[in-house]
Amino acid sequence: MSTLILVEHEDGDIRPATLSVVTAATALGGDVHLLVAGNDVAGVAEKAAKIAGVSKVLVADHAAYASELAENLSALVIKHADGYSHILFAATAAGKNVMPRVAALLNVSGISDIIEVNSDDTFVRPIYAGNALATVKSADAVKVIGVRTTSFDAAASEGGTASVESVEPADISDQVSFVGQELSNSDRPELTSAGIVVSGGRGMQNGENFSMLDDIAGKLNAAVGASRAAVDAGFVPNEYQVGQTGKVVAPDLYLAVGISGAIQHLAGMKDSKIIVAINKDEEAPIFQVADYGLVADLFDALPELSEALAGA
Amino acid sequence: MKIIVGVKRVLDYNVKARVKADKSGIELANVKMSMNPFDEIAVEEALRVKEAGHADEVIAVSIGSSQSQETIRTALAMGADRGILIETDELLEPLAIAKLFKHVVEKEEPGLVILGKQAIDDDANQTGQMLSALTGMSQATFASKVEFDGDHLKVTREVDAGLESIKVKLPSIVTTDLRLNEPRYAKLPNIMKAKKKPLETIPVADTGVDISSGLSVVEVNDPPKREAGIIVNSVAELVDKLRNEAKVI
Repeated sequence: MSTLILVEHEDGDIRPATLSVVTAATALGGDVHLLVAGNDVAGVAEKAAKIAGVSKVLVADHAAYASELAENLSALVIKHADGYSHILFAATAAGKNVMPRVAALLNVSGISDIIEVNSDDTFVRPIYAGNALATVKSADAVKVIGVRTTSFDAAASEGGTASVESVEPADISDQVSFVGQELSNSDRPELTSAGIVVSGGRGMQNGENFSMLDDIAGKLNAAVGASRAAVDAGFVPNEYQVGQTGKVVAPDLYLAVGISGAIQHLAGMKDSKIIVAINKDEEAPIFQVADYGLVADLFDALPELSEALAGA
Repeated sequence: MKIIVGVKRVLDYNVKARVKADKSGIELANVKMSMNPFDEIAVEEALRVKEAGHADEVIAVSIGSSQSQETIRTALAMGADRGILIETDELLEPLAIAKLFKHVVEKEEPGLVILGKQAIDDDANQTGQMLSALTGMSQATFASKVEFDGDHLKVTREVDAGLESIKVKLPSIVTTDLRLNEPRYAKLPNIMKAKKKPLETIPVADTGVDISSGLSVVEVNDPPKREAGIIVNSVAELVDKLRNEAKVI
């Protein structure tokens, strides 16, 4: 039994999501191999080889792998899939784009977003926005899986001594090309791996008012998130969205400000260790999952909170 | 050019899912069912593409029980031209759904297939990617903007770090994200008209597609329940609790 993991990396560093996938792979048992695809990624491969629990790193270096196009990455995984009993991906936007293609090309079911490994063929995954947990069993020869990264601790990024092996790139698609990207330039921690998340909802009223959350996030070294309602209203960009169809977060502290607590939002944050809700509506469903609730107008509470944190 | 849109009948997004007592799944008897919200966005996008003159027919396709006809009728009332139901009472995995869509694609030869990025019941987020892999049609998932450029599409995609744009050669599979558009409501005269639009029903067995699955559901359980905590009376008390009780700041 052995597992292959497609590594996610950017700017020469391995994304934390991949470290969580390694932990899920370790729970399966057997050898853990990583596949690094990219342009000029010898440095990434070197870092991958140091991750605890990994025994081999395959590296495919090609200019086309500079962008994470699904056609190219799925072809590469398939080319090197022989002999693996499990192929794992992080359940990120990039991983979700590729995982089902690999499953379909191998003619097996894809298993999305697992949160628990019960055995090498039985897994738990949330359905219906996390309102139910399905235990599923796979009889397929190869299990192709997306791993919800907040459900598995990060593997140690040091201590491993895996071998590194160069592998052939696969055919490059001429049907798709990368045009460009607009990424948020924030010096805040990344939303899905931050220890503290400060999120705003429709109650923030507009995008400018999110600067109050930025201020508090700065003092707590927190990431800033938002409910779907706030994103749909255009207050903040899509990458802020926490929920069933946005990002899933599970920080030590989740501070929900002006968020009512719709089912689809709870799906993205209810595994947080401590949840705080600030909302002027005491009937808001968010209070039913909050460890600490403050019924208050956020426009009074946030400046006061900012001051209290400054005095630390 | 034809456009195929996928429409799935799911538990209405405002209804809380309840696990059946025998743990075999979710209670779906006598509850409100609706079109998957991402599929409404798919139908809307297909109609806008047609209205902009890039397509001449929109075909709404559903795979499910005979009641999925209602979902197709909703798409027809929004403006789709005709419907196809592949009828089955089995709950199918995305792989089987993708194979059945491939069957329809081979027959209809659409220039564009638009699907929701995920259905809000199984939250799998797989079918579009699988269909692209199986058909060789190009893939553009999580779309928040779709623009035509000759025989290509430029698609803006919602990714974890922001937005990314890619160019794909038609024929393509696009899956919709939330910000792609705001779906229209069907007007009453169009609801009446939709009843007369063609809707073909094909029993799943007649497709000859292998719908077997290697994946089975062992059981479905309620998630661990999170207990409500306490209400604090002031910001000062909140900060004190976070520092000294929860010790998270």
